[in-house]
Amino acid sequence: MSGYTPELKELIKNVEATRPQRVERARKNQHFPAMTMDQRKEWLSKYHPDYKPDGRRAVKVGPNKGETFPEEVVNLLESKSRINPKNIDLAKIDYETDVLVIGAGGAGTAAALIAQENGCKVIVATKLRHGDSNTVMAEGGIQGADQECDSPYYHYLDVVGGGHFSNQPDLVAGLTNDAPLVIYWLESLGLMFDKHHDGRMLVRHGGGTCRKRMHSAGDMTGAEIMRVLRDEARNRSEDIKVLEFSPAVELILNADGRCSGAVLYNLETKEYYIVKAKAVVMATGGFGRLHIQGFPTTNHYGATADGIVMVYRAGVKMKDLDSTQYHPTGVVYPEQNIGLLITEKVRGLGSQLININGEEFCFPLEPRDIESSCIIKECLEKGKGITTPVGRMGVWLDSPMIEALHGEGTVRKELPAKYIQFKRYGIDISKEPMLVYPTLHYQNGGMMINDNAGTTLPGLYAAGEVTGGVHGRNRLMGNSLLDILVFGRRAGMNAAEYLKTVKGQKSGVKLTLEHVEKFEKELAMAGIKEPVVGPMILPEYTPDHVKARQYLSPNP
Amino acid sequence: MAKDKKPIKPLATGDKTIPPEGAKMIPIYIMGREYMVPETLTIMKATEYAGYQYMRGCGCRGGICGACGTFYRFLGDYKLKTGLACQTVAQPNMVITQLPFFPSNRPDYDLEKMEGSPHEELRRLYPEVFKCVGCGTCTRTCPMDIDVMDYIALMKRGDLKGAAIKSFDCVMCGLCAARCPAQISQFTAAMFVRRIYGKYILPTAEHLKKRVEAVKSGKYLKMLDELTKKSADELKKLYTEREREPDMAEPGKWMPKDISHL
Repeated sequence: MSGYTPELKELIKNVEATRPQRVERARKNQHFPAMTMDQRKEWLSKYHPDYKPDGRRAVKVGPNKGETFPEEVVNLLESKSRINPKNIDLAKIDYETDVLVIGAGGAGTAAALIAQENGCKVIVATKLRHGDSNTVMAEGGIQGADQECDSPYYHYLDVVGGGHFSNQPDLVAGLTNDAPLVIYWLESLGLMFDKHHDGRMLVRHGGGTCRKRMHSAGDMTGAEIMRVLRDEARNRSEDIKVLEFSPAVELILNADGRCSGAVLYNLETKEYYIVKAKAVVMATGGFGRLHIQGFPTTNHYGATADGIVMVYRAGVKMKDLDSTQYHPTGVVYPEQNIGLLITEKVRGLGSQLININGEEFCFPLEPRDIESSCIIKECLEKGKGITTPVGRMGVWLDSPMIEALHGEGTVRKELPAKYIQFKRYGIDISKEPMLVYPTLHYQNGGMMINDNAGTTLPGLYAAGEVTGGVHGRNRLMGNSLLDILVFGRRAGMNAAEYLKTVKGQKSGVKLTLEHVEKFEKELAMAGIKEPVVGPMILPEYTPDHVKARQYLSPNP
Repeated sequence: MAKDKKPIKPLATGDKTIPPEGAKMIPIYIMGREYMVPETLTIMKATEYAGYQYMRGCGCRGGICGACGTFYRFLGDYKLKTGLACQTVAQPNMVITQLPFFPSNRPDYDLEKMEGSPHEELRRLYPEVFKCVGCGTCTRTCPMDIDVMDYIALMKRGDLKGAAIKSFDCVMCGLCAARCPAQISQFTAAMFVRRIYGKYILPTAEHLKKRVEAVKSGKYLKMLDELTKKSADELKKLYTEREREPDMAEPGKWMPKDISHL
C-alpha cells in the first residue's frame, strides 16, 4: 500500500524537524500552556461548530418552534411522514404487547430486561440487528462511584463541571445515584470486568474525573456490555420478542392522548406493521450519520435521529439539540479511515497536535470541545492546516513522540488496533504522524425526560442518546454507557409501573395517527413546501456517478 | 479574520468516498458481478462505491459489531479467505460475498439456576462442542485472529477461564460456525462460557456490594438533592475545590481530607 503522498511526506519533514526539541521540553514537563477559563469561553464561541451561525436555522414548527438547531436536524424535524395516515388501518393490529421498546442498543435492551422483570411482555423493534448501536463502539469504559474514596456526590460534581453547569439536575442525581447499581447489575449478569485478583474493580481516571471510577472490560467495554445484555434478552425470548430490520416510523397515540404503540416498517418486505402497546420506550440513539455541517462521524450506520423525528410530531420538546460533541481527533487520511476515532489515550501518552509548519498550537489534553475548537481555528482561520489530496483538512497528531518518550515499541503495545489500521495503508504511526480533524461523536441534546425517564406524553418513556439534559452541553468519557443503562432501567421500571395505572382504564380506546396529520398541516401553514421524508432510516453514500445513472426524477 | 480574506473551507465532507485524482481502478466481483472501484477502499466502501446501499451486512463500520463477516476468493485461486468488510481492503480480482446472517445454535439457559457444574452445564447445552474434530478451520476463518479451535479445546477440558479469556475479542460474526464440519456454533458457546466465568469464576467486588447497600438504603439521596438545588456559582466553587485522587494511588487506600460526603 502507498502510505502518504510525496507532498504529505514533504510536509512531515517539518514535524520531524521540531520533534527533538518538543520531546525534550515534554520530558521536562514543559507544555504548551493550557487555556484559562476565559480563553476557553472565547475559543468555544469563536470556533466550536455549535456556536457558529452558519449551517443552522430556526425550526418553523412544533414544540421548539423558533429555536435554532443544525440545518440537518431541522430538515428532519420539519420532515413529512413516510406514510399517509389515511391509508393506514389502525384496527388491523399486527402485534399487541405491554411495552414496546424502539431501538435495541444498550438503553433499549436494558429497558426491555427490566420491564420484563416487572411482569411485562415486551416487543423490541429495531432498524438493524439486535445490538447494532453506538453502545458497541464505546471503548473507554463506564463510570460508577463504588470505591471507598468516592461517592455519587463527587461523581455529580464531575458530571456538571464537565457539562459547563448546563445539565438537568434531577437527571444527574439519578445518573450518579444509580451508577453503582448498574455496575453491580452488570457484574451479576456475568460481565467480564477488569478486576484485581481479589475481585476489586480495576478503575482509572477519565478526562474531568476527580476520582478513579472508570470501569472497563478490555478496550471493548461497550461491546461486552451489549453482548451480555443481548444474550440475557435472548434467554427471555418468551417474554421479549425482538423484531429486527423493523424500524418504527411513527408513534401511535390513542383518543385519550396516551402513547399506545407505533407503526413499524419491514425494511425487507416493505410492509408496515401496527404495534399496539400500553407503554412505549424510545431508545433510538443519536444523529451522527446526519453528518452535521459535513463532519465525518464515529457513529454506527443506523445513527440517523429517527426517534427525535417521531416524538417531535407527537409534541415532545427537545433540549440542547444544538449541542454536538466533536471528538477532537478523527482520522482524515487515508480516505479509507475517515471518521475513525483516535482515542484520547494517544494524547495521554504524549502525542502533540502540530500544524503545517511543525509548530505546537495547543495543550493536547484540553476538554474535548476546547481541543476541537483549537484544531478548527488552526485550520480554518490561521490557514495552518494540512490539506489532503481530496481536499479534507487536518493537523498532525505526532504519534512518533510516544516512542521517543516511552521507548521503542510503545505504540504497538499500547495502541495495537490503531497501529494495524494504519499499517494496512502503508503508514507506520510509530514513525509517521497521523492526520486528524474533529469528528462528529455524540448528540448531547435530545428529547426532554424527567428523572423517571418519562416524557410529557403519557405512556412514552425514553433513554440514552436520544434524550437530552443528562450531560448538559458536554459529556465526559464513561458517562454515556452509564446513561443508557441507568435511564434504560428506569424507563423499563417506570413503564411497568405506568401499566398498573392504565390497567383499570376501559380498553378499546381508539388508536390514532391524528398527530401526524396535524403536524403536516402545521408544516403547510408554515409555508414548508417540499419537506423531506422522515425519519431517514438509512444514510446514503451512493456516489454521484451511480446516482447519475439512476435517472431519478428530482421529486419522486 | 480579516474581512477581505475569504473563509477557508474544507472541500470534502461527510463519509462518502472521494477517490484521489487519478486513483487506480481495480476490478472486484461483488457476488460474482464485476465492478471497477478505486484501489485501497475497504470492501464495504468499495461496495458502496459500486452503488449498493447497505441494509444488512453493515453495522458499526469500525470492526467491532460483527455485521459484515465476508468470504472471498481471488480469481484462479482455490483458497477461501475471510475478513470483516469494513476492515478488509478490496484487492484486484477479489470475488466477494458477505454473510449477513447465519443460523447458529443458541440454546436458552438461566444463568441464576445452573443445574450442575459449569462444565456439566456446557455439556448439556452444547454437546456438539465435545465432538470437535480439531480440524482448525474455525481458527483459520476467524477475522479477529482468535484461536477458536484452541478455546474449544479448553472448553472440552473444562478450563472455562481460559476459554473465556481466549474468546474475549469475539465480535460474533458467525464465520467460524459457518465453516465448522462438526456443526458447532463456537461463538454462542463462547458467549455462554464468558458469562459463566464473569458470574461464577471471577471473584466478586466486595466494595461494590457495600456501596450498593448504601445506595439502596437511600444514603446519597439527601446530598444529591442538595446539589440539585445549588446555583451554578455554588457548584463551580465545589467543583474547583475537589481533591483529585492521585494517578498512582493504591487501589482502595487513598482517602480525601473531607470524608463527609462519602
